[in-house]
Amino acid sequence: MGIQLYLYLSAILFMIGVVGVIARRNAIIVFMSIELMLNSVNLTLVAFSAFLGDVTGQMLVFFVMTVAAAEAAIGLAIIISLFRNKQTVNLDEINILKW
Amino acid sequence: MDLFTIVFYFLAIITLGAGAVVVFSRNIIHAAFALLFAFFGVAGLYVLLMADFIAITQLMIYVGGILVLVLFGVMLTSQVLDVQMKSGTIQTFPAVLVVSALAGTLVGIFWSTPWKTTAAAPMEVTAAKIGEMLLTSYLLPFEIASVVLLAALIGAALIARREKNA
Repeated sequence: MGIQLYLYLSAILFMIGVVGVIARRNAIIVFMSIELMLNSVNLTLVAFSAFLGDVTGQMLVFFVMTVAAAEAAIGLAIIISLFRNKQTVNLDEINILKW
Repeated sequence: MDLFTIVFYFLAIITLGAGAVVVFSRNIIHAAFALLFAFFGVAGLYVLLMADFIAITQLMIYVGGILVLVLFGVMLTSQVLDVQMKSGTIQTFPAVLVVSALAGTLVGIFWSTPWKTTAAAPMEVTAAKIGEMLLTSYLLPFEIASVVLLAALIGAALIARREKNA
């Protein structure tokens, strides 16, 4: 089996994530969708790394995971802080910057 | 079909199904638990690709760290007692538009790329290689990653704490 299957899989997973980011109301679901998209990109990198016999792709995945962990901590802190101030995490109700 | 292909399709179905549940489920708790299966599916695919170190890292960081954080977020921001766990969708039309544009682009790229199908490269243990590269050619990004993690740690604690005089 070739590399295409892995690329199809990660493309579909990425598009599922895009739907979640754009269409969902809840900030935490948007957040989970971002994690899905990061996972699909990681899958692409590991697939290329395995099929080219080059470890550099897995190195990039390692750094992506580091940034994803930092992003998870900061993002959830922001969401919790937002919930404390507005009592909601629905993105269409958080519109104090709108004129 | 050999064993690899069967296992691949099995893991792919798990990953995509769980991903679809994450995005389309109306119940946030269901979405968070489906995310667990999506992460496990991707970790299985890493094992299938012989990326041993990355598979273990995926389990430890995503399943052990990020998922627990997300579950905390779900529990802390949902009105559990008021059964307010449901969540709807907005902007369905822009979502369909953007995703069809993205899908068109990706399918176009898939069609127009001449695929050179080769067998996977012979595999060896990758952890030793990754460790060697981290301490030689990728030393600076490695150190910067540690600073990023420290800054994120302090920043998260600072943002999420309850302010005394506010």
